[in-house]
Amino acid sequence: MKRVVITGQGTINALGHNVPATLAAFREGRCGIGEIDIRDVERLSIRIGGQVTGYEPEDHFNRQQIALYDRFTQFTLMAAREAIMQSGLEFCDELSHEAGVVLGTSGGGMTTLDENYRSVFEEGKNRVHPFVVPKLMNNAAASHVSMTYNLRGPSFTVATACASSNHAMGQAFHLIRSGISRVIVTGGSESMLCFGGIKAWEGLRVMSKDACRPFSANRNGMVQGEGAAVFVFEEYDHARARGAEILAEVVGFAMTADASDIVMPSRQGAARAIAGALRDAKLAPTDVGYINAHGTGTTANDKTECAAVADVFGAHADRLMISSTKSMHGHLIGGTGAVELLACIMALKDGVIAPTIGYEEPDPECMLDVVPNEAREAQVDVVLSNAFAFGGLNAVLALRRA
Amino acid sequence: MSDSVKDKVIAIIAEQAVLEPSDVKLDSTLEDLGIDSLGLVESIFAIEEAFDIQVPFNANDPSESEFDISSIAAIVRAVEGLVADQKA
Repeated sequence: MKRVVITGQGTINALGHNVPATLAAFREGRCGIGEIDIRDVERLSIRIGGQVTGYEPEDHFNRQQIALYDRFTQFTLMAAREAIMQSGLEFCDELSHEAGVVLGTSGGGMTTLDENYRSVFEEGKNRVHPFVVPKLMNNAAASHVSMTYNLRGPSFTVATACASSNHAMGQAFHLIRSGISRVIVTGGSESMLCFGGIKAWEGLRVMSKDACRPFSANRNGMVQGEGAAVFVFEEYDHARARGAEILAEVVGFAMTADASDIVMPSRQGAARAIAGALRDAKLAPTDVGYINAHGTGTTANDKTECAAVADVFGAHADRLMISSTKSMHGHLIGGTGAVELLACIMALKDGVIAPTIGYEEPDPECMLDVVPNEAREAQVDVVLSNAFAFGGLNAVLALRRA
Repeated sequence: MSDSVKDKVIAIIAEQAVLEPSDVKLDSTLEDLGIDSLGLVESIFAIEEAFDIQVPFNANDPSESEFDISSIAAIVRAVEGLVADQKA
């Protein structure tokens, strides 16, 4: 089996328009969640989110590109550009034929859907722009990355709600580890902060009106975010041979399904995914120094996740660190695991653990070291990234220091 | 060929081709102007919006459509016909 390393990373999210800005925010424990600015916000009862601000599409794309790229595709292309540039890879000849793109998203071109439903239902128009379908389709972002960088190998989009990015990156890991490809561009994107996107989440009554406070006893729900993160996964020998900087190694991945409830998480399903990732990576629980939690800030997720971690790690659960960066960037749904992988790589590479901010009161059901409010310097060798989706689909990645 | 229809059609085509309207000649073809299949459907959408007409165009086989797109002049004539039909 081939070894898989990460040689490029890129992002745009509520904390910054690139990786350095995002990592600086993680270190400072800065919150990117605030009042959202979208059309018809006055008809929403939830009015906060991790919105990407100060972003003008015209600064990055020409008019024809903007006509064809939904916001989630624009975010993806911004993040892909940063990641591929860092990797130093150019895709031509044989490499371009095996290099692919595997991305996660849950809603795809939700802004496009929202705008066009509005035009036909609310404004009564009977004609829609011809690009509605190519803009809204879930694979639009993956396809545009493939077209922009000449990636002609295995390429597709994975949609497993809040685990989409982790499932996508797991597929990228498998494609390289099995020898099918030497390079896969992977990660995820989401842009659901539009009227319909937020209204739908409101209906579920799991959203906080003031802040995302994972693991804190006074938490009152999740907060949506938006953005993308993209990584270059590369076969180890290929990266070494060209002298690429290796940011981290991907060493394990596991997926499970709860097969129980469409929204309530399962302790067993989560624990099986965590244990499976360790087994796949041939690691002992005591090897793990940090877990980037799914940590949504809902009552159900956080206590279930802490119980699952306790089940897998036993006494070591009290020694490892586990934080939820959703407290800063919000829950990017299908893009969330990708943005959270940035915090995992920062922990391994820079020895800085991103905090869980907004932490105010200990919860007896979440008594792990959640790195409350302030980032911490600590050397860790192995980290996990948890994602537990609605629908009971779980995906956990294991990474090791390069 | 009325100037108003011609000027509007040329303005739409020029915007799509990222050219000045003066660079769009009546004998130009869409291919000459670098307008691909997506650019064509977007132009037809813009024409429908501008004149509030329905253009009988099927992207599956443009040459079989009633709407003649063989040159800018042909498009202008076709649009004039549709505008006249609508008024009638």
